[in-house]
Amino acid sequence: MNEFLQIQLLGIFSLGMDLGWALVMIPLLPLLGFLLLGLFGKKFLKQSAGIFATLLLAASAFLSLHTAYGYFFKYGKLEGVYQKIIPIQFTWLQFSPGVSIDLGILLDPISVMMLVVVTFISLMVHMYSLAYMKGEERFPTYYSFLGLFTFSMLGLVMSSNIFQLYIFWELVGVSSFLLIGYYYDRPSAVAACKKAFIITRFADLGFLIGILILSFYGGTLDFNTLIEKLTSTESTEFKTIASASFMGISALTWALVLVFIGGAGKSALFPLHVWLPDAMEGPSPVSALIHAATMVVAGVFLVARLFPVFSMSEVALTVVSIIGIISALFAALIACTQTDIKRVLAYSTMSQIGFMMFSLGVSGQGGESGLGFTAAMFHLFTHALFKALLFLGAGSVIHFIHSNEMKDMGGLRKYLPITHITFLIACLAISGVPPFAGFFSKEEILLAAYHHNATIYWIALATSGLTSFYMFRLYFSIFWNKEHIAHGEAHGEGGLVMMLPLIVLSVGAAVAGFIPFGEYVSADGKVLESVFHLQFSIAPVALGLVGIFTAMWMYKKQNNRPDSIAHSMNSFYKLAYHKFYVDELYLFVTKKILFNLIGRPAAWFDKNVVNGLVNGTGNFTLFISEKAKGFQSGKVQQYAIYFLAGVIGLAVLFIYIWK
Amino acid sequence: MMEPGLYHVLFISTALFFIGVFGFLTRRNLITMLMSIELVLNSVNINFIAFNKYVWPNKLDGLFFSIFVIAIAAAEAAVAIAIIINLYRSHQSIDVENAEDLKF
Repeated sequence: MNEFLQIQLLGIFSLGMDLGWALVMIPLLPLLGFLLLGLFGKKFLKQSAGIFATLLLAASAFLSLHTAYGYFFKYGKLEGVYQKIIPIQFTWLQFSPGVSIDLGILLDPISVMMLVVVTFISLMVHMYSLAYMKGEERFPTYYSFLGLFTFSMLGLVMSSNIFQLYIFWELVGVSSFLLIGYYYDRPSAVAACKKAFIITRFADLGFLIGILILSFYGGTLDFNTLIEKLTSTESTEFKTIASASFMGISALTWALVLVFIGGAGKSALFPLHVWLPDAMEGPSPVSALIHAATMVVAGVFLVARLFPVFSMSEVALTVVSIIGIISALFAALIACTQTDIKRVLAYSTMSQIGFMMFSLGVSGQGGESGLGFTAAMFHLFTHALFKALLFLGAGSVIHFIHSNEMKDMGGLRKYLPITHITFLIACLAISGVPPFAGFFSKEEILLAAYHHNATIYWIALATSGLTSFYMFRLYFSIFWNKEHIAHGEAHGEGGLVMMLPLIVLSVGAAVAGFIPFGEYVSADGKVLESVFHLQFSIAPVALGLVGIFTAMWMYKKQNNRPDSIAHSMNSFYKLAYHKFYVDELYLFVTKKILFNLIGRPAAWFDKNVVNGLVNGTGNFTLFISEKAKGFQSGKVQQYAIYFLAGVIGLAVLFIYIWK
Repeated sequence: MMEPGLYHVLFISTALFFIGVFGFLTRRNLITMLMSIELVLNSVNINFIAFNKYVWPNKLDGLFFSIFVIAIAAAEAAVAIAIIINLYRSHQSIDVENAEDLKF
């Protein structure tokens, strides 16, 4: 008996300690890095800032892996279902006995998966930046911002309630603003970071309203309780939110669509995507971090986190899938025409995020129909690996050639052999060529779409063909095409520190597909058997190969085929090259309509009415005091006269008027 | 000879009061102004005594009040003269027009 109890206690204790300490340290280590480097970096850690931050993050990544191992293989499962565990929670703001804002940590398959992805990618980026950012003036500042960014994203994925998530959500926005605007002496970087911040902030307004509606009807901010209350059709909360309607649409749908707007802003989905290509003004490793692990997947994560609630509203899911598929196709078309290599990658991210989103949109809550959810998470995971690899590879190319433009590149395979091989692996992975990672996840997404909605399936299939075309257009333009004329100061690839992350990530991008993802992550926590259909995967793979060979035909050798094809569909090419004029549309709406109709009148009102009132008060007081100043002459006898006059006046008043 | 009545006394005290006020308003010398204030106070004293004598002959309140006023006047004279001496030390003058800068 005693022995048994002891073992039980030890088990709980070690679990508690394990979970508690390890989990709290995961986000706090990057935060520590941020604080120390931000406060003292410039004075004391000028040289060692990078190493210091990388070590902290390595510890954090180790703890995440440890947590993931523990969660998936030891304590996470109860009777075959992955539990939602809240190891730590405390009340932060108590509004009324029923409503409070808690701070806590929520562990479930997606948050644990995200912990690993975020810390791992961030670690790679930290390591890569050691060489890439070497010699920068604000080297410690760069690392402190990276720490803040990682901290915010880790906090976001671990949040146990929706308001806590919102706090970290905004922190992600701020830190991305800081990193995109890292080169603050370049006007274009300043414009880009403002654009990113304003657009995501604008979208967050929708998110906030969505949160308020959800918590108003759900009566709680806590994820678990909220989901529990809003997913059972019998609960009073669900009945009120589903029956309350505004403009013919139920409050539940409104709330979810508004939340999705916030997610679409962060995830750069159509039509809120315009900030993403401009965000390329940040350093390349930052782009890798934003695109692979942190900023843009936050929106996908948000929808996944609230997925049980989303699955209660058919309309909201349809909106998610439509926006997703539009973004996927739209971005893929633009990516085919861009010439800045980082912009191509940016649009490819937008396209892949679109894939994840519509996959969530076509998913159901449990069992076989929950394939879309698993597929989206799986694609998020594999995409993080190969997209980080692509951006770091692009960084390496840019580092070598000092230009972002495709026309300055070509024939680089001789100068950058490791970058070449890893980039090729990433391109194969994103194009969905077996057996690389992207093949498996994209396959599941297409399968989920196929079962749910034929239109979406066909568009997605076409888009995946386009994906392989534009990726290999990029690949061939950088590494083949014309022969590069070597610079006098050809300086190699940047050493082991830069190459190691590339190699590690390329291994990941090559083999990550073999992870039986459905066993770990699914919409309802149960094991989802991923069935592999050979005949199903023929079409996407064949299309992918067609894309690759078309790109090869057009770009492997220098020729005039691209120009003539572009010429043959002149107007459409121009449309795509100019990104379908969405930026221009925004500029038109803001500059011409908003500025003139709202901005100018508001400015006029402010200048004339508000300022006028304030200045008027001041001037009036000044005028009165100028007049009253004469009374205080310092002449005693004058005072005496006033006094006497007052006394006589009062006497007259009392004697003759107020008898 | 006619016994002086209340109105005679009041006439004197009123005259004394306005002489004092006039002196306070027109004189430039601070000592003279102080003396004018004493005249005003004394006119009040006379009023108190006169009303006490003619209206409530068997009470002493008016007398007490006038004694009180005299005591206050003495204290006030001491303070005023101290101020005037200090002013003289700093300005070498006891002209009220030179004391204008005290307002600052």
